[in-house]
Amino acid sequence: MSAVSEQQATSPAEPRKGLSPRKKQRISRVIQYAVLVVILVVLVALADWKAIGESFFNLDVAGKGLPELFTVALRNTVIYTLSGFVLGFVVGLVLALMRLSSVAPYRWVSAIYIEIFRGLPMLLIFLMIGSLPLAFPGFELPGGVYGSAALGLGVVSAAYMAENFRAGIQAVPKGQLEAARSLGMPHMRAMVSIIIPQAIRIVLPPLTNQLVTLLKDSSLVLILGVTAAQVELAKFGNDESSTYANPTPILATGLTYLLITIPLGYVARRLEARQGAGR
Amino acid sequence: MSTVEIKNLHKSFGSLEVLRGIDFTVESGQVVCVIGPSGSGKSTLLRCVNLLEQPTSGTVVVDGVDLTDPDVDIDAARRHIGMVFQQFNLFPHLTVRRNVTIAQERVLKRSKGECDRVARENLEKVGLIEKIDAYPPQLSGGQQQRVAIARALAMNPSLMLFDEPTSALDPELVGDVLAVMRKLAEDGMTMLVVTHEMGFAREVADRVVFMDGGVIVEDGPPEQVIADPQHERTREFLRRVLHPGV
Ligand SMILES: Nc1ncnc2c1ncn2[C@@H]1O[C@H](COP(=O)(O)OP(=O)(O)OP(=O)(O)O)[C@@H](O)[C@H]1O
Ligand SMILES: [Mg+2]
Repeated sequence: MSAVSEQQATSPAEPRKGLSPRKKQRISRVIQYAVLVVILVVLVALADWKAIGESFFNLDVAGKGLPELFTVALRNTVIYTLSGFVLGFVVGLVLALMRLSSVAPYRWVSAIYIEIFRGLPMLLIFLMIGSLPLAFPGFELPGGVYGSAALGLGVVSAAYMAENFRAGIQAVPKGQLEAARSLGMPHMRAMVSIIIPQAIRIVLPPLTNQLVTLLKDSSLVLILGVTAAQVELAKFGNDESSTYANPTPILATGLTYLLITIPLGYVARRLEARQGAGR
Repeated sequence: MSTVEIKNLHKSFGSLEVLRGIDFTVESGQVVCVIGPSGSGKSTLLRCVNLLEQPTSGTVVVDGVDLTDPDVDIDAARRHIGMVFQQFNLFPHLTVRRNVTIAQERVLKRSKGECDRVARENLEKVGLIEKIDAYPPQLSGGQQQRVAIARALAMNPSLMLFDEPTSALDPELVGDVLAVMRKLAEDGMTMLVVTHEMGFAREVADRVVFMDGGVIVEDGPPEQVIADPQHERTREFLRRVLHPGV
């Protein structure tokens, strides 16, 4: 539309030749709704609802996965996730302290570690861990699949958490360390008792998000080759759906993930909002 | 005996020389107030006394221990030097009680019961025993500063350093903090106080030190330095502080 007609349209004194902006907006909205309705009608008319229901919402098949979906698969997913998180937390904290060390080689080692493990796909890490026995025949990680899963998830999340912790430690006001040191606390004691507890509070939201990421990434444990007792959600859903030649279990698995990830995401946002308000 | 003995103290930040040869002593039981314009190096001097800043050269002797000696255990030395900051620097994630007990417990290795007793005694002294289970952000600035004083006192310091302890406070809260400091002085505590509170300096200080440009310009009893300054720079500074806007 030309600038001239637009000007005319917005000028109420002139007799209108084009449409007013408000009218145009209304027409555009009507069109959008119309498109939506057409798509819905077409979907309803064309889709084979019976087939969809039997495939994706087949309660018989879903029922066969119970209670193992929760007692085995979810349980293992939670174990893999938490063990990876704990390892990542501890290693990440150490890496963050190294990153902030006054000893340069510590800083370098930490920086290199962080760059490497943030730059690699988690899948590749699991492939590497799975191939360790090829490189060192007879070699086995302590804890078997559980140990390998914790290692894979831990070494990668450590790199991310290290960056979170570093930012958190740097966000604690300098006066806190000075106050602690002025009371005679050695540097390490001041870090452990005064700085790190405050830093952890600050990084609680990103750590919660990190937990969500780990929960999803724990699905990669299937690369390691797991027994029926070690199966986690994704592989469980996949196995069940092959067994019954029906995709419902995969959908059920997805819902189970969401059961945890959505509340966790909510918690993270709440924590974030509370910190924002506290400033 | 002198508690603090500073000789030819220099401190530079990069090429900026902030302290340019400071000599002075604080006798045991004395209260010395340090005054001077912004940027004259008052905080830096104070922070050199407990080695929060590493002096570039010169010696700082506290209680007979030369803190600039590289072999000295600085953590051990700091236990006996209390410090109160302009911004209070209470530990916000810990209760008032924990703020006052944590260093006693971790540094002095006192028993839990002993820590608690000392905490109560010192909170009593600053008039805040009823806030013992509160968290610092729940307290007013004046209350936080008094807790900070109690926290320092709980370590049984032989010297207390104050860096503009009332500068961050609303005017109506200044009095409570100064009253605590006055009481402390009466009880014989050795104190080195950076302050703009001329009334406090005049009434409480045994000596007033005027600093400008990284050197001590004038050092003497308050009735001399404040009431009858010998140097033009001191007079000029006092004119501005005592009659702002004139
Ligand atoms: N860590 C530091 N790095 C670089 N320069 C610094 C540092 N600390 C202080 N300075 C500089 O040293 C000078 C003296 O600072 P200092 O804080 O001792 O002054 P002050 O007398 O306490 O001033 P004020 O009354 O504003 O507190 C200032 O120019 C300041 O910018
Ligand atoms: Mg200062």
